[in-house]
Amino acid sequence: MGLRHAAWAAVLVAALGAAVPGAHAQKYITVASTTSTEQSGLFRHILPLFHSETGIEVRVVALGTGQALDLGRRGDADVVLVHDRAAEERFVEQGYAIGRKDLMYNDFILVGPKRDPARVGGGKDIMTALRAISAARAPFVSRGDRSGTHAAELRFWKLAGVDVAASGGTWYRETGSGMGPALNTASAMNAYVLSDRATWLSFKNRGELAIVVEGDPRLYNQYGVMLVEPARHAHVKRELAETFIAWLVSPAGQKAIASYRIGGEQLFFPNAKP
Amino acid sequence: MLPLELREVSFATNGKRIIDAVSAEVVAGPRTVILGPNGAGKSVLMRLCHGLLRPTAGRIVWCGANGARARQAMVFQRPVMLRRSALANVAYGLKLAGLPRGERVLRAEDVLEAVGLAHLAGRAARVLSGGEQQRLALARAWALNPEVLFLDEPTANLDPGATRDIENIIGQIHASGTKIIMTTHNLGQARRLADEILFLYQGRLVEHTPVERFFRQPASNEAAAFLREELPWA
Amino acid sequence: MSEITQAFAAAAAMIAGLDAKLVEIVTLSLRVSLAAVLIASVIGLPLGAAVAVNRFAGRRPLIVVLNALMGLPPVVVGLVVYLMLSRAGPLGELGILFTPAAMVVAQTILILPIVAALSRQVVEDAWEEYREQLRSLGAGPAQSAVTLLWDTRYSLVTIVLAGFGRAAAEVGAVMIVGGNIDGVTRVMTTAIALETSKGDLPLALGLGVILLALVLALNAAAYWVKEAAQRRLG
Repeated sequence: MGLRHAAWAAVLVAALGAAVPGAHAQKYITVASTTSTEQSGLFRHILPLFHSETGIEVRVVALGTGQALDLGRRGDADVVLVHDRAAEERFVEQGYAIGRKDLMYNDFILVGPKRDPARVGGGKDIMTALRAISAARAPFVSRGDRSGTHAAELRFWKLAGVDVAASGGTWYRETGSGMGPALNTASAMNAYVLSDRATWLSFKNRGELAIVVEGDPRLYNQYGVMLVEPARHAHVKRELAETFIAWLVSPAGQKAIASYRIGGEQLFFPNAKP
Repeated sequence: MLPLELREVSFATNGKRIIDAVSAEVVAGPRTVILGPNGAGKSVLMRLCHGLLRPTAGRIVWCGANGARARQAMVFQRPVMLRRSALANVAYGLKLAGLPRGERVLRAEDVLEAVGLAHLAGRAARVLSGGEQQRLALARAWALNPEVLFLDEPTANLDPGATRDIENIIGQIHASGTKIIMTTHNLGQARRLADEILFLYQGRLVEHTPVERFFRQPASNEAAAFLREELPWA
Repeated sequence: MSEITQAFAAAAAMIAGLDAKLVEIVTLSLRVSLAAVLIASVIGLPLGAAVAVNRFAGRRPLIVVLNALMGLPPVVVGLVVYLMLSRAGPLGELGILFTPAAMVVAQTILILPIVAALSRQVVEDAWEEYREQLRSLGAGPAQSAVTLLWDTRYSLVTIVLAGFGRAAAEVGAVMIVGGNIDGVTRVMTTAIALETSKGDLPLALGLGVILLALVLALNAAAYWVKEAAQRRLG
């Protein structure tokens, strides 16, 4: 290899070094969480507080609850923070995570077009509303993505005694997408959709949509947080992750969660047991 | 490495026989012109000699075959110029021939001077005129100091002025001791440049004679007919 | 239409304010995609040239496969890279999932076939023209490949730009392997996807306008350099 070639090779390596962003050396953990917590802006509100107290950077990968649990199962996250209690407890039982703790709650709401073809507006009973939508064959958008919200929605349909699987492709439309995209779809086709309140409050493209049913105790939406089982995945940053979880359930963390508001409205209600 | 001996050389492609059992001996010294009408197989025969094609039958034997290829050069009907300067085009050939970097430029400059392109040495080869490009192609070949130089219709696409330049340079190269083997379908050019003629007709070697005799008294009907047909336009 | 107007207003506001967040996202986008296109070129250009000038068993199937891989769905690439880099995957030990390095890997895989397949085509077309000349000068396959790559450099620039465009524009792969982590792996396209999810269509479109402007500026610069060089070198 001539001198000129060596020089070219050196230039190339230098360019590559400059282009490939270097690995961050500082302390960080990876949290698998849901789109509702990320897109509502909660993390952007509380993580800087945590960082300034501990110096730990928290990297959030936001997915549906099902996918977030998958990340934890494969060991690609240190902490899982989701909202599907049944799935979470199963996850812990199966040995993928430890120390699940209740963290906070918000609630689901039924969103629908203002002209309300199924006439469910103002109701307090989610079962009645769902039956009315089914009877009217009014368009309903489902997440269809194994997310916590999707799981809750399917639970409600079952309780309401409606077999939505049989109606797929007609008035019942599975989009297989996150909360935001599902809301975008509902907005475009003036359909009903079940949403978590946090995503709805931060959602901008509402079009003709408005809240039609809220306040049913069954719409309660609990979030839990847990540590990915370090015995299964040796690389899990146990100490940092436990610091984060402990902070979330501590008075400081709970206060931080409670203080996050959009337009004066509180999005998440801390309810960790001391 | 000369003489070059062709023994019953045939070449066929797609079932079509293009060169048909050609035998000949080409010796050092005289300028050899392969003459014949279009489609006679002149270019193919030359490529077989230069090693760009392999005969499908027969043998091509160089005397002292080792390293023969390195001591040949070829200039094509349409020169292929690399996207770099005229000087760099000549230097490129020298690099492939294994000349050290320092010597390449000196040698290339000398040859460009000899073909009258010294003033265009820094110009991009691809923006030169057709005649200049062909002179550059000759320079690139000549720089290698070959024992044998093949030229395939080197002036086919050129005007008379450029053709004259090329013919002069070919003369100089021959005078410097290089064996010239070229094809042409131009009788005037054959007469001006050739010492001996290989007359090719439909893939067969019909005559191999000194140029004087060929034009004065062709031995074959094919050559006689060719001369009759072509002479008025030569 | 008001959303389109708002989008341009949002884009203008972001650019005018030189929003720190925006600068960070744009910088990361450029670094990731440039790194990917650099690596893909270092591998893909020689690979394409090698396939162009060599004849070997399985060459045709290889070309078909390369051409087909140009249509690789980004999400599939993202999934495969994810499964490789996941802690539960064979390369999990590297611990680079959800880092920019993982995004570079995914984009490199995505555009390598584009660079290799298109450069194979360009070099092979040139090879048709140059083959006899290069062989006559004694260039072997490796030397020919290098020469052809250099001589087709203007066309190759366009190919590399196409690769960059694809890398900078894709969202499916980097979303999966980068995770769209705020401040760590959030790039233009994943930020656009996120803002779309949040229903902030004007902001999403505004980011799109900026992305487009960047790619446009880069292409314009490359085109201008190429034109200038081509005028000079032919």
